[in-house]
Amino acid sequence: MPYELVVCIKQVPDPRFISRIRINPETKTIIREGVPAVINPLDKHALEEALRIREQHGGRVTVVSMGPLQAEDACKEALAMGADRAVLITDRRLAGSDTLATALALSKAIRRIGGFDLVLCGAETVDGSTGQVPPQLAEFLGVPHVTRVFSLALKGREAEAKAALEYGYRRVLLRLPAVVSVIREINEPRIPSVSGILRAHQIPVEKWTIEDIGLSEDEAGIKGSPTIVSDVYEIEVRRKREVFQGPPEEAARWLFERIVSVLGG
Amino acid sequence: MEFTFTSKQEMLRKAAREFAEREVAPRVQEMDETGEVPMDLVKKMFDLGFGGLLIPQEYGGSGMGHVARMIVIEEISRISPPLGFTLQIVHLGQAPVIYFGSEEQKRKWLPELAKGALIASSAVTEPTGGSDVLGIQTTARKEGDEWVISGRKCFITNAHFSNIHGVLAKTGDREFSYFMVEADRPGVKLGRKEDKFGLRGCVTGEIAFDEVRVPEENLVGSPGKGLRVALASISNVGRPGVAAVALGILRRCLEEAAKYAKERKLYGKPISDLQAIQWKLTDIYMDYQTSWLLVYYAAWLRDQNIRVDAENAMCKLWATEAAVRAAKLLTEVFGAYGVLREYVPQRLLRDAQVLIPSAGTSDIMRVVMARKALEFSP
Ligand SMILES: Cc1cc2nc3c(=O)[nH]c(=O)nc-3n(C[C@H](O)[C@H](O)[C@H](O)COP(=O)(O)OP(=O)(O)OC[C@H]3O[C@@H](n4cnc5c(N)ncnc54)[C@H](O)[C@@H]3O)c2cc1C
Repeated sequence: MPYELVVCIKQVPDPRFISRIRINPETKTIIREGVPAVINPLDKHALEEALRIREQHGGRVTVVSMGPLQAEDACKEALAMGADRAVLITDRRLAGSDTLATALALSKAIRRIGGFDLVLCGAETVDGSTGQVPPQLAEFLGVPHVTRVFSLALKGREAEAKAALEYGYRRVLLRLPAVVSVIREINEPRIPSVSGILRAHQIPVEKWTIEDIGLSEDEAGIKGSPTIVSDVYEIEVRRKREVFQGPPEEAARWLFERIVSVLGG
Repeated sequence: MEFTFTSKQEMLRKAAREFAEREVAPRVQEMDETGEVPMDLVKKMFDLGFGGLLIPQEYGGSGMGHVARMIVIEEISRISPPLGFTLQIVHLGQAPVIYFGSEEQKRKWLPELAKGALIASSAVTEPTGGSDVLGIQTTARKEGDEWVISGRKCFITNAHFSNIHGVLAKTGDREFSYFMVEADRPGVKLGRKEDKFGLRGCVTGEIAFDEVRVPEENLVGSPGKGLRVALASISNVGRPGVAAVALGILRRCLEEAAKYAKERKLYGKPISDLQAIQWKLTDIYMDYQTSWLLVYYAAWLRDQNIRVDAENAMCKLWATEAAVRAAKLLTEVFGAYGVLREYVPQRLLRDAQVLIPSAGTSDIMRVVMARKALEFSP
């Protein structure tokens, strides 16, 4: 049976240039200038999974993103990979949204898209790394969810997911509609082909404001965000050093003992 | 004046870079060691649409054009010059049909060439000398409504996995015709694969034609006008393609030199603080940037359908010689590590040098440009 699939994607600073990212000490926000932006890596795996489900069962893949206008590039890339439709929720009043406000906005946009069978998300983003949005989204949509999925199979109105735990995994049966968040082991995202790139330039990215999705100003952005970020700072990475002075024999024994103790032997 | 890429071209560069870094990079060492063509990667390039960039949409390609083609070859060659070269010859093999084929020939071959179901070589050079095209000895004589081709071609890239060969043959006194010859026709024999010191992982070798019969409809362009078919294809596709491979090498030289200069410490500080090293880097940088301008300018002109034989020759000569210079400087920046096989510089130097004779030597590029230079007399 064909499925209505929705994939949430976020544009983030390219993690390969993580060393170029600085934090503004005054505003406590990330300085993104000069750092190329990409689709959050795990979100690409979510999109790939949706495309594979569509290839196997039929249906439609819609990507939804919330972000500034530049995030249109991320939407275009998703279309080039093969998504059928792309929606960008973009509105100044959404600036400063925490995970709760983001999940609420996404849920309203997804309702406006129409019925859905499955929403796929990356398990976390490389910039925020909370992993909170997918479960919050599921709550707002009133559907079951499972996080950190590395294997997914759909059969009729059910999904069987394998989700990673710290040691081992759990097998979960879900009733659709549902929300799943995925980790990188689930698949290898495809590279956009030339025909995909040409197609992406024929599908306009739909841009929605908070009015379009029926979100009030009080629910959006900083006003709708109960989280308070009290401080953000760069972690200084420094190696711990110990110096041993003495003859080689003793130095070797000392070193051996240090290694054994670190390994927990 | 406009020096920016379109959004489609930018996305194409990203896709080509992702392909090169993710799929090609892990195979580079093996290609250099064995000299074997990674056929699975060739197939993937077709699946991504890189094989059909010059083929118009109505014949199953994308028609993205010359600038787009330069972008893809540059990005792939930044990681693997031999794979970039293999792709550039894929396009060269298609060119005679795209630019000189009849409507019927285009319908028959182009969709297959775009998909990679057909791969065409371009067999022009003979043992009698690549520069002296008029001196080739391969002949085609008419018998009924068939042509019978006999002769030997050498240095033919992709010959060993092409299933159709484009062949330039003599059909009269100073008269030549261009034929598409299916590789499974009786009398087509593959000869040796050359053991090159660079561009290893891209196959170049011999093909012999022993009384090979092809029907009239396999003749591309007008009978007797084959020289133009071959030379226009080499000028507009072959030479810029080699230049784009050189551009990829130059880009890599710049990246590797900058990275090593910042990492390698001498006298308690990185060698990038030494002016001698900085000057080597700026020389590589200038060579990359000037080659970039020549390569993309000539490609842009071709996309406007402007005749650019001199510009094609200039970007080929400049970029390939710049690549050799840059790779040599890079090897020096690396000190003794530069000559070790497990480090990149020596491989780039070997690859760059192979580009000099490909698609015409620097001397021949000057011969081509001289005509244009002389037009400047007021
Ligand atoms: C990697 C590689 C791939 C190739 N792929 C193909 C292919 O796919 N198809 C194909 O048909 N060919 C291919 N070639 C062949 C290539 O086109 C020839 O090598 C080239 O044309 C030079 O010919 P030659 O090697 O016979 O040198 P020669 O023509 O023998 O030249 C010898 C020397 O004389 C110089 N010279 C010649 N004429 C002049 C002149 N008028 N003025 C000044 N100097 C001159 C040359 O510059 C050179 O230094 C390939 C070559 C290489 C190295």
